Amino acid sequence: MATTTHAPPARHPATSTDRRRRIAARPAAWIVWGVVVFFFLNLLGVVASVLVSSFGRRWFDTWLPDGYTTDWYARAWDEFALLQVIVVTLEVSVLVVGLSLVIGVPAAYALARRSFPGKRLIFLVFLLPILMPPITYGIPLATVLYKFGLAGHMSGVVLANLVPSVPFVILTMTPFIEQIDPRIESAARMCGAGLRTVFLRVLTPLLVPGILASAILVLVRTVGMFELTFLTAGPDSQTLVVALYYSMSASGIRAQQSVDAMAVIYTSMMLVLLVVALRYVNPTQLVAQVKDEPEH
Amino acid sequence: MSGPGPGRPLTHWRHRLAERGVDRQLWLLVPALVFVIALFLYPFFYGLTLSFQPTTGGPFSDYVRFFSDSYERGTIWITLRIALPAALLNVLAAVPIAYRMRGRFRGKRLVTTLLVVPITLGTVLTAQGLLNFLGPTGWFNRILLASNLVDEPVRLTHNYWGVFFSLVITGFPFAFLLVLSYLSGIDPTLERAAATLGADWRRRFTRITLPLLMPGLATTFCLTFVLAFSVFPSAVLVGNPAGETRVISLAAYQAAYEQYDYPYASAIAMIMGFVELVIIAVVLAARGRFYTGSTGGKG
Repeated sequence: MATTTHAPPARHPATSTDRRRRIAARPAAWIVWGVVVFFFLNLLGVVASVLVSSFGRRWFDTWLPDGYTTDWYARAWDEFALLQVIVVTLEVSVLVVGLSLVIGVPAAYALARRSFPGKRLIFLVFLLPILMPPITYGIPLATVLYKFGLAGHMSGVVLANLVPSVPFVILTMTPFIEQIDPRIESAARMCGAGLRTVFLRVLTPLLVPGILASAILVLVRTVGMFELTFLTAGPDSQTLVVALYYSMSASGIRAQQSVDAMAVIYTSMMLVLLVVALRYVNPTQLVAQVKDEPEH
Repeated sequence: MSGPGPGRPLTHWRHRLAERGVDRQLWLLVPALVFVIALFLYPFFYGLTLSFQPTTGGPFSDYVRFFSDSYERGTIWITLRIALPAALLNVLAAVPIAYRMRGRFRGKRLVTTLLVVPITLGTVLTAQGLLNFLGPTGWFNRILLASNLVDEPVRLTHNYWGVFFSLVITGFPFAFLLVLSYLSGIDPTLERAAATLGADWRRRFTRITLPLLMPGLATTFCLTFVLAFSVFPSAVLVGNPAGETRVISLAAYQAAYEQYDYPYASAIAMIMGFVELVIIAVVLAARGRFYTGSTGGKG
């Protein structure tokens, strides 16, 4: 912490204004870094206490558990049928990512390249599912899905998770498509390529980085999406977050540590995804999904 | 694209549409539009009409029922009491920190990467961690006790503060990363120009950076508020879901999945959406009063 604070301006000769600025800024800098470090310490405490507890044999009213064991993982694996839950999570995520790309990328192309009457309205309609919190539209959506017999198993979970994912793909892909020179497409068209060929042979290879970025973002959001999955899942279509929630809200029956073990499995899955994601996208992209949209 | 054209009048009609930008390429939009209409707009309006068809009574009786029951009506106030301070704190704390970190320094990428972690962990895991960490025998209370700051463990879980902290842990990094990206969008030459005219950092911040940042801050506040307003898992897990953290999303959930009263649940969801939109509309109206030009950290 101390090393980072006085790293940059140390070299050049300090003029009087410079020195005044540094003296004024010093306490503020300490406070800011102090707040950041405090935040990270607590965050570390939150994550580490789950991790330590999941390996602890017995942990009551002491700083650290009595002994360490990996039994809780085996127990959580059996008790919560984690293999099935993880398989469901992967199936749902892959389906959601694939479908949202297939539906979203063509629409993003049309929105990026064309101008037509009602474009702004359509853009707004695509924006709404991202701006609304999932619980608000999730309850009417789940009602409709139950009415048509789609909820309670995997198809309902996939359909519900597509609702924020498709607009998300559209919003992240539109700027990527705008960057591609339209003359490349015109040249392909002149050489006799139809729309489908232009898409598959010219645009898709150029769009691979964008597609990867939005696929990984959708994947992270789907694995972490609690509300929509929670509202539409049946007993054998729970994803890992939802299973974790149920095991926590029924924690009286189950040992605290096996719930913690499950939480650690979930965390490590998310962290692997995150490490992969950060290779392809900027950290701010994970949060600023609506930043690139035009002003309304 | 090829193939024999249809009859002449149809071609003519097509040409006129094509002049306005409507042609066959717009079919690309159709899957996504059908999808949004079927799975977002239709359920929304279905819920809206359902909320006016209660199981008993006239069309508005579910709304009357919600507002006449103080236990139900209170959920709006409870939600706002958690969500507004949390969103405000997240945005206000993010500004000085992002202002300090907007330049380049060693480890910046590490800090931003670490901040993404709580966002991806999600509220469920945060809740579990908070129960362990802030609980009466958790490390936080142990440190407080060991350093003689308190005599007995502070109660921080299963009440208002548990939910509040979970919103800060997931919401603050979100707000910070957004504010940071808005701040880096502000042209640094503006501040340097002010510096050459003799403005100290305080004046540069209040007269140049802050006004340009305000629209971005408003957007950040809205997004953070939306997240905090729909708080659900942490309100159940680290809060006191029967009392002081019975938020409105919990009321809607209970109506739908415990009483199986879908019209009433839809009515609550509509009220929830309405309250939220009112707050966002107020913030965005205030945002419209600031400069949102090209040099600004616009939202």
